[in-house]
Amino acid sequence: MTTLSRRNVLKGGAAFAAGSTLGAPMIWAQNIKDVTLRQFGTGVSNLNDVANKVKEDLGFTLEMTALDSDSVTQRAATQPGSFDIADIEYWICKKVWPTGNLQAMDTSKIKNYDKIVGIFRNGKLTPESTIAQGTAPHTVGFVEGPDGKGFVDNESGWMTLIPTIYNADTLGIRPDLIGRPISNWSELLNPEFKGKASILDISSIGIMDMAMVVESMGEYTYPDKGNMTREEIDLTMAIFTEAKKNGQFRAFWKSFDESVNLMASGEVVIQSMWSPAITAVKSKGVPCIYQPLEEGYRSWGGGIGLSASLSGLERDAAYEYINWYLDGWVGGYLMRQGYYSAVPETSKNYMSENEWGYWFEGKEATDTITSPTGDALAQAGETRDGGSFQERMGAVACWNAVMDENQYMVRKWNEFIAA
Amino acid sequence: MALPIMAVLVFFLVLPIAMIVVVSFWQATEFSIIPAFDFENYQFLFGSNVTYRVFLNTFKYALITWAFTLGIGFTVAYFLAFHVRSLTWQVVLFLLCTIPFWTSNIIRMISWIPFLGRNGIANSTLISWGVIDAPLDWLLFSDFAVILAFVHLYTLFMVVPIFNTMMRIDKSLIEAARDAGATGAQILWNVIIPLTKPGMMIGTIFVVTLVMGDFITVRFMSGSQSANVGRLISNDIALLAYPSASATAVVLLLTVLIVIGILLRFVDIRKEL
Repeated sequence: MTTLSRRNVLKGGAAFAAGSTLGAPMIWAQNIKDVTLRQFGTGVSNLNDVANKVKEDLGFTLEMTALDSDSVTQRAATQPGSFDIADIEYWICKKVWPTGNLQAMDTSKIKNYDKIVGIFRNGKLTPESTIAQGTAPHTVGFVEGPDGKGFVDNESGWMTLIPTIYNADTLGIRPDLIGRPISNWSELLNPEFKGKASILDISSIGIMDMAMVVESMGEYTYPDKGNMTREEIDLTMAIFTEAKKNGQFRAFWKSFDESVNLMASGEVVIQSMWSPAITAVKSKGVPCIYQPLEEGYRSWGGGIGLSASLSGLERDAAYEYINWYLDGWVGGYLMRQGYYSAVPETSKNYMSENEWGYWFEGKEATDTITSPTGDALAQAGETRDGGSFQERMGAVACWNAVMDENQYMVRKWNEFIAA
Repeated sequence: MALPIMAVLVFFLVLPIAMIVVVSFWQATEFSIIPAFDFENYQFLFGSNVTYRVFLNTFKYALITWAFTLGIGFTVAYFLAFHVRSLTWQVVLFLLCTIPFWTSNIIRMISWIPFLGRNGIANSTLISWGVIDAPLDWLLFSDFAVILAFVHLYTLFMVVPIFNTMMRIDKSLIEAARDAGATGAQILWNVIIPLTKPGMMIGTIFVVTLVMGDFITVRFMSGSQSANVGRLISNDIALLAYPSASATAVVLLLTVLIVIGILLRFVDIRKEL
């Protein structure tokens, strides 16, 4: 029964309702109601709507805790007993995996494994793609076996994180206040925008945006932006410190809300920004573009990992949850916020043709596009900034990363802020 | 009688501070905190010129804020104590001063942001009056904004103790000075100010410790562009570097204690308490 309805779904048939669950195996259908899984992660995907839907579809309870990325890293590394499921980014996985607090997942138990986009399996979106710099997800996505400590560069069948959500980030601009096309990262330091630029004050991500700018200015070409040497860190910081002293920046932001307010109030006309922040500015009626740039995007990806202490019924429930996660309902929910799902084709079943065309294929909206919470995000005739999935994810220049010289970089970042 | 108070103080004040001192000698990697006895945190702290710059900046904020809050606080207290004659009105006006404290500290601070912004009320008003042609950028996300917020937040901490000491001044002393032929300015300088010193000192201690320990006002009002010691500590904590944060906290604590020690040499506030 389950297989049949799933097949119908995959054929793109009208089996909407039937496909809404994978159906829990009958044997433990009763026990599972007592299971509670504790998930923690960053705010982007820790949504109460997801927990409610899990209760409805799978019957067990999912407790969500949302934290900022520093706290997430800390918790995953130091408090293995405090969670069952960790929803973390791939660069965090690189830091946390060596602690042994997570267990590898058997991909043969993941029903939609074959449909997960190539980025998370062999690193390639299409066979011709080149792999971007930084901590590309597939480089930390597999280990050699259930107890594997080291990452391997092939699809070993044992995954560290099951990818859930990812996106390509770029600069946000106020087209009405700039009044001309912007097409390079170097514009962030263009004196034309003196006192009207901003960058985020989160060192691990900010340094990558800086590197994109430095390369775009033609000052330096990094062998690997995701793993700079001390000299490269110094050089990058020197360029930005000089710009800061010249009054280039209006402010730095640390929280999502700050970035929205800076942009919406017109204090800043160009800055590093996250996709939902653009949406939030637009929903205030202020024009704002997530500007695609020639040098490409800075990308990030997250996934869910299982705590090493998880076993038995709880682990079965966790696998069931993962399979449900990739089955499309969550994917559709996330994609309607502007993120991408690891298995786009299942998400399609939970999106209207108009939504799929707008968010994934980069087509003109045929009707009003609304967020999952009902706010209008785009009107008929508008297209998504950056275009289709292939255009956006195909133009990734680097992935969020953690460097070998991370501590040195953090100290230099503090100097930059104090300069 | 003193025992319960002692126990509370030891448990909630002495113990946590002792713990901070202990941790400041520990070591930390990205994931673990290693108990040790090592001066590395302090070596890094004193070896980095960022530390000196940030401490200097913290002192700058404290000094300027102190000067403004003292000036405004003294004036307000003087007005309340010597110009308002009836006790009822003194109480009413004094309560009026405390009304802003019914809202949260952070809200009072953040409400300056839309006011001072590039397209904020201050700039648009000045432009419509023809005072300026272009918006003043330095109103927000600048040292000006930081100090403005500090002065706004902490002036009351000056008003209260100064008003309190002024109310205790024996009015016959002022009459005697006047009978002896002193001018208003002479009375202020030779009678009122010396007698108000303990109140000023208590206010000073409040303001200096609050400003030196702050991190959130500086972060919001400078748009994260300036740093003070509090922000160094909060950055360290965010990056899980608890030992290094503790070391900075210990140095800050000692600095503030030294400042207060020096202040107390000038005035004996015990007399007032």
